[in-house]
Order: sequence, then C-alpha cells, then structure tokens
Amino acid sequence: MSSAPHLNAVGEHDELELRPTGSWTAAHGATLERLFAGAVPQIARIRALRLDLAGITELDTLGAWVLEKLSRQAVTAGRPATVVGVAANYTGLIDEVRQVNRRPPVVQPTRNPVLDRVEDVGRAAFSATDDIAVFVGMLGALASALFMTLRRPRSLRLTSLVYHLYRVGWQAIPIMVLITFLIGAIIAQQGIFHFRRFGAESYVVDLVGILVLREIGVLIIAIMVAGRSGSAYTAELGAMKMREEIDALSTMGLDPIEVLILPRIIALVCALPILTFIGSMAALYGGGLVAWFYGGMSPAIFIARLHEAISVTHFEVGIIKAPFMALVIGVVACGEGLRVKGSAESLGLQTTTSVVKSIFLVIVLDGLFAVFFASIGM
Amino acid sequence: MAAEPVSAIHVSDLVVGFGRQIVLDHLSLDVRKGEILGLVGASGGGKSVLMRTIIGLIPRRSGTIEVSGNSIGEGRATRVTAGNWGILFQQGALFSSLTVRQNVQFPLRENLELSQTLMDEIADAKLEMVGLAPEDGDKFPAELSGGMTKRVALARALALDPAILFLDEPTSGLDPIAAGEFDDLIETLQQTLGLTVFMVTHDLASLKTVCDRVAALADGKIVAIGPLDELLRSDHPWVRAYFHGKRSQMMQPRA
Repeated sequence: MSSAPHLNAVGEHDELELRPTGSWTAAHGATLERLFAGAVPQIARIRALRLDLAGITELDTLGAWVLEKLSRQAVTAGRPATVVGVAANYTGLIDEVRQVNRRPPVVQPTRNPVLDRVEDVGRAAFSATDDIAVFVGMLGALASALFMTLRRPRSLRLTSLVYHLYRVGWQAIPIMVLITFLIGAIIAQQGIFHFRRFGAESYVVDLVGILVLREIGVLIIAIMVAGRSGSAYTAELGAMKMREEIDALSTMGLDPIEVLILPRIIALVCALPILTFIGSMAALYGGGLVAWFYGGMSPAIFIARLHEAISVTHFEVGIIKAPFMALVIGVVACGEGLRVKGSAESLGLQTTTSVVKSIFLVIVLDGLFAVFFASIGM
Repeated sequence: MAAEPVSAIHVSDLVVGFGRQIVLDHLSLDVRKGEILGLVGASGGGKSVLMRTIIGLIPRRSGTIEVSGNSIGEGRATRVTAGNWGILFQQGALFSSLTVRQNVQFPLRENLELSQTLMDEIADAKLEMVGLAPEDGDKFPAELSGGMTKRVALARALALDPAILFLDEPTSGLDPIAAGEFDDLIETLQQTLGLTVFMVTHDLASLKTVCDRVAALADGKIVAIGPLDELLRSDHPWVRAYFHGKRSQMMQPRA
C-alpha cells in the first residue's frame, strides 16, 4: 500500500505536466523534499504548469503542502498552475492546504547583539532594586506579624512552629554533624601538615578552635541550612502560591505571613544557633581526632591547649551571628516563594534564586559582622 | 500487509485494576474507522483509565488491545505505533521549555528527516489549521490561554497526520463559545484528514454535535454504545440517570 513517491515530468510544448505518484506522506518526507528541489528549476523554465494528482495513492498534510508549494512556485513566477485529478477523499485536504501560509511572514527586526547585552546588564541592575524592595517588604511584614503575635500570643501557630523546628532543626542534625566533623578534620590536617615545617604543630589547636568557633562553624551551617531548608521553604510556599492556597488563606481573613511565614522563620531563627553549636562541637571533635591520629597530640593535651587558646568571646562571636543569618535565609526564602508565578519553571527558577541569594547574603553579612566585631574589639 | 481491519481500535475482554480495586472489568469496545466516538462515564469511573490503557500508559491485567491492526503491548512496545496516533491530553501537556512552533515540530523532528524550512512551514500550516496565527508560534506554553493551549496541543497531536486521534476532555475548562469552536474544529479536521477520533468527554453539547456514536462506561463495562438517539432510549439505570437528569434536559427531543 505504501510505495515510494515519484514525480514524473511530461513536457508538452512549454506546458509542463507533473505527475506525482505513490505515497506522498510524511514517512517519505526526505524523498519529497528532494523531488521538490529537483522540480523547482524545471518550473522556472516553463510557461504553464499542470499538476495531475491521479497517480497518488496516499496523501497527508506534508505531501499536500509540498504539492501546494510546487504550484505556488509556478504562480509566484507568473505562470498559471492548474491542479487536476484530485481524488474525492483528498479534496478537503488539498483545499485546506491551499489556504494556509498565505500571510507574509512577520519579519523580526534584527537586533544588535552588543546592545542586547548592554540592555540585559542595565535591566539586571535595575531589577536589583526590586529585590531590595521585596526583602525590605518581607522584613516589614514579618515585623508587623510578630508585633501582632506578641500582642496576642495565643495567635502564634504553635503546632506549625514545632513541626518546622523538627524539620529544620532535629532532622538536619545528622548531615550538619557529618559535614562540620569533616571540615574540622580537614582544617586540622592541613594545619598540622603546613605548620610542621615551622615546628609549630601545636598551634593547630588555636587554628581549629578560633576558626571553627568564630567563622567556619556558623558559616558552613548557614550555607547548608540555606541549601537544605531555605530551598524547601521557597518550594513549599511557591507550590502553595501556584495552587492558589495563599489566596484562599487571604480570602478567609487570615494573614499568610502570620500563618505560614512567621512560624517558619521563628523555627529557623531558633534552630540555626542550636545547629551552629552542635556543628562547632563536631568540628572541634573532628579536629581533635585528626590531631591525635595524624599529629600525635593526645586528647588531654588537645583539650588543655584548647582551653588556653579560646575564650568565651570567640564562641559568642560565632553564635551571635547565627540568628541574623537565619533571619536573612528565612526572609529571602519566603520572599522568593511568594514571587512564584503560575508555572513550574518559575518555581524552579525562584528556588534556585532563593538559594543563591541567601548564600550570597549570608557571606556578605558575615563580612559586615567581621568589621563590626573588629571595631568593638571582640 | 494483512486485510484492512474494519475497526480502528479493538478492545476485548480488558481488565485493569489497581491493587484490589478493579476499574475495568472484562470490557470490550470497537471503534470504527473514520468515526468520532464519544466516551461518557461517571467521574472516577475509569474513562481516562480506559484511554490511557489503550495508548499503553497503564498496564492491564488481561485482555487484548489492537490499534490500527497492531496489538498494543505493555510499556515500551508502544513506541512502534507512536506515529499512528495523536493524543490530546487534558491539560495540553505541552513541553514548557519549547516554543509553540517547536512543540508542534517535535514529533516531526524526532521521527523524520526534514529540512528546518519545511518543518517550519508544516508547523505554521498546522497552527493555521487549528486557528492560530503564525505569530503565536514564538510564544511559550506559559503565555497561552486555556483555549490556545488546547489548540496547540491539537496541532501537535496532528503533526504526523495520525490515523487516530485521542482526546481527553477536549472542551473542559473552555467557555461555551470556545468549546463550540473547538468542536467545529475537530469535526472539520476529522473530515479533512479522515481521522478516527476517540473522545473522552463530559460535554453533552459535544456529544450531540460532533459524535457519531457514544459509548457509556459504567461499572467497568461499556453498558451502551450507539448513536446518541439510541442511548437516549436506553433503559440502563446509569445511562438513564446521565441523559435524563436536570442538566441533560436540553438533550431531549422537543415534543
């Protein structure tokens, strides 16, 4: 039934008759394109074109369109074209195809690629004000919700708070402990390896102690929380936004900030200092183990030296930063969640943005704190 | 090739179930070539399950399914027949990362060796056939309204000129005017391209205006099949409830 298509040309005194035969269907698309390309120069030479379709056994839209293109080729060159021998069952299709693609294509104005880049940069810079507005807006809404909750403490969603505390705090402990343990061990190993050249191996305790308590502990934990819990907040709130759950809440007279976002952010602000403490301990433990097995420093000496090297101030410097970083992560994550539009791509995009932005802000915040603590002499 | 099969879709003794629940219970159904068959049934009664089983998305417990004379196997075997049917999913199922034109070209690109120019022309032709302008070709699915999404999905389903078209609630979510236009479109295309259409629908107006035959699915079986007038006279309790309820008053022949 399906046979290869052919295009027989019969020339009768300047009038070319084309007799397509066989299956003019999409399955033979490549052959049809070749036949078309072969016929085009012939059409250019003649005075009139006749298409006899009687030999066609199978026809679909693609075949019909190629035939239509043949006859249009002749018409645009100013030659009359006639189509004969159309089988009854293909009349509709031929007529339909004759009407399509008649409109001249819309010409897209060519754009200057350099100017486009410049425009992109400008737009990106301008949209940064948007980001700041969202951040400040969310912070303000959060403060007002917190104020309302403080006035009526019973309106705090305790169940939600405990649930989120469980998710971002308790469930995060194993992975946080593992990561910080490894980081502490690596810092100790690198310290011992390089200090050995100066015979200053014992100072590895100062290195690990101060670095972990002041900077690395809280920073690693905050980055991990941004990736683990911040992205989850954005995705959850974004999905709720997509399914109009947040609109539903508002229409029932409830404030989505108070119901959904406040418990999440309070949970994060409570969980991050706890995780930072646990993480710092794990890092010191990892550093101590490496100092023992790799550096040959017994645990008793490690602890004694640690006692001399660090003070409560170092610990305070680290732990004070934790709730502020949690606030930044929470505000960015929830703010991006509420910016999700209707589509699934938008959800993915905002989740990525949320993680990138909160990690960036956490590091910026850490830098500001470093300046602050240095100037007050901590 | 063997003798032409009379039915486009032949389902016999089909059993489909999930866990302990049997959704389709020894169901048999024939869809004739070149007809528009509407399938009605209760919500959650297995209409979509039947369609998805026929196109090979849901595994069956027993029974045979033949589409255009080829028997449909389980899972991966459906690749063989992919060019023979077009499917319009309820939500359109357009690929969100591709433009409208690329969506329509996708089956062409994957199955045939064509030049980009010809593919563009075919895609524009298909879009025009379903009533969209060539400018819409550059839009992304997220920018389309519900009715346009359905039209693009139909253009994509028709890209390879399939012999059989499956429609899953094509007019749901459209206003009566858009739904009416969509019905006309399906009828026109069915006549122009000689399609067999298998339509799952709740839209009584679609059943009345475009369907040649209607099949009623209840209790996991086809309880009645035939032209709409015949179904209106059926005395099966569920079919009576469906076509003689308050919402179906308009279906009744005026006295």
